[in-house]
Amino acid sequence: MESRRSVPDILAGAIFAGIGLTFVVASLGYELGTPLRMGPGYFPLVVGAILVALGLGVVVKGLVAGEDITWGSVPWRSVVMIVAALIFFGFTVRRAGFLPATFVTALLTAFASSRIKPVTAVVVAAGLTGLSVLIFIVGLQLRLPLFGPWLTF
Amino acid sequence: MDLLDNLALGLETAFQFENVLYCLLGVVLGTAVGVLPGIGPTATIAMLLPITFGLEPVASLIMLAGIYYGAQYGGSTTAILINLPGESSAAVTAIDGHEMARQGRAGHALAAAALGSFFAGTVATVVLAVFAPPLARAALEFGSAEYFSLVVLGLIASIALARGSALKALAMIALGVLLGTVGQDIYTGTPRFTLGIRELFGGLDFVSVAVGVFGVAEILRNLENEQTRSAFVQRVKNLWPSRDDLRRIVGPVLRGTGLGSALGVLPGGGHVLAAFASYSVEKRLSRTPERFGHGAIEGVAAPESANNAAAQTSFIPLLTLGLPAHPVMALMIGAFIVQGITPGPNVINEQPALFWGLIASMWIGNLLLVMLNLPLIGLWVKMLAIPYQWLFPAIVVFAGIGTFSLNFNSFDVYAVAVFGVLGYVLIKCGCEPAPLLLGFVLGPLLEEHLRRALIISRGDASVFFTRPISAVLLALAVGALVISVLPAIRRKREEVFVEDD
Repeated sequence: MESRRSVPDILAGAIFAGIGLTFVVASLGYELGTPLRMGPGYFPLVVGAILVALGLGVVVKGLVAGEDITWGSVPWRSVVMIVAALIFFGFTVRRAGFLPATFVTALLTAFASSRIKPVTAVVVAAGLTGLSVLIFIVGLQLRLPLFGPWLTF
Repeated sequence: MDLLDNLALGLETAFQFENVLYCLLGVVLGTAVGVLPGIGPTATIAMLLPITFGLEPVASLIMLAGIYYGAQYGGSTTAILINLPGESSAAVTAIDGHEMARQGRAGHALAAAALGSFFAGTVATVVLAVFAPPLARAALEFGSAEYFSLVVLGLIASIALARGSALKALAMIALGVLLGTVGQDIYTGTPRFTLGIRELFGGLDFVSVAVGVFGVAEILRNLENEQTRSAFVQRVKNLWPSRDDLRRIVGPVLRGTGLGSALGVLPGGGHVLAAFASYSVEKRLSRTPERFGHGAIEGVAAPESANNAAAQTSFIPLLTLGLPAHPVMALMIGAFIVQGITPGPNVINEQPALFWGLIASMWIGNLLLVMLNLPLIGLWVKMLAIPYQWLFPAIVVFAGIGTFSLNFNSFDVYAVAVFGVLGYVLIKCGCEPAPLLLGFVLGPLLEEHLRRALIISRGDASVFFTRPISAVLLALAVGALVISVLPAIRRKREEVFVEDD
């Protein structure tokens, strides 16, 4: 059989094995108990070991007869902007308040697209902020201050 | 008769003004989600989950269910009109449906899809009403060993129905189960894998996982390769199918309904399989198979009936056993739990109005879909003109607000970002996200019943094989595993998913 190396397969397998190993090591720190009375560490240890085995299996398969997967491009800008937007929202929603947090989050997200023009992004962000206030604060009575302690004196 | 009493109770509940309103809201939202490519019902329901907290349990479940089957309808609309299936199960509808649209018979295709779906929905509602109670009674006899084996079967079966590598799907399940162990241990209360973060003591929130993996990851996929959609759609005219068309679709609708009702119960996306299977059945049975792929109305009616029937019967394992058949049902479990109801065999007896109301609402929802969608088809098509650049910021913003408002917890929002990126990388590596979410939801059940069964049997693991029901379930799981791993059979499995030409 012709060997087909598949980088996505190897990467996926490595992620699985890595996460599995982390859980295995961490669960050794908990009481394992016996099969009759399993401690908190027993089940995650077993599942973690299974995940490591499966991950290694995927790696081996990726080296010998990997799946043919077209990888395509990675939209780095989108990844960074969306992650930044979500972290910004989580960090500021209480401190700066709902209104500014939502607006900046929407703006950051809009710039995740390489095609958007700055003016459109601001318009989209403003529209979304208005919509969010209507839906969540007015409609659903979500108890969040529009402007938080950072912006009120 | 019991059945009639139950349905009467259900209709009484479902016809309450408020419930009809939420049903309408659900199906309208669902149709929108189905029409708009790039947002699936899973991410939508995950985002809307926090919104349902303030509603009555019945109303919130009716609305969420409406989103789910409404999306099936919407998906077929875009599949037919612009050859763009908004939902995976609509992919097969696009084959003949779009061909019909190009021949100027879009109206007939839409009508066949809608009528087939409505008929299938009606039948599947009755199927659900007939089969759910006895199944729930049987499930009440289940001990921990049986539940453990059942969960194993559910997880394994989801691989058999997933596309792509079985090994990766297995790994995704294991990963999900592991992520599910984060939080306090049920028996000893020991916090596990919390890294000392207080917010993790209650475990990872599954809305974060679902929104990340199905929402953010999907957006990143779409942004890889931005293109403007052409919203050029011909005017839809002549909705009512001719007598000849009606005669042609009777058989396909009946067979599609039957196949769909049966396959919908399967874990892991039976509705997709049902659509494909019923299409190939019709093609095989047809005296003129060469018409398929060139605008055969049977090729629209059969898969649409099948996937709608399956969408409905996929509620059976959820309502009777508390086991989700696919990610949307996993989210429904979350919706139940938020309302203080543990989904499972007891729901029928303890919450009859909720149970039968939900079932009856599905029939009402299907009726609303037919009444709404055919006349308003032009409106839905207009939605396709909304540029994606406006749409995806809305998804991210609503995901952020929705997840935050769940527990008023910023940590959950950060988790969305983490799972979005992890999910995106894994999807790019050819791993399907659905098994991960199923593993995550079912993992705690798996652990609980494994440990309890072993305590009751005094550590004797043979209990899983000596109790007959448990043994049968495990044997089925082994069978499903063999089917999904063996290469010869796997090729066959791929064939089912490959679109015929």
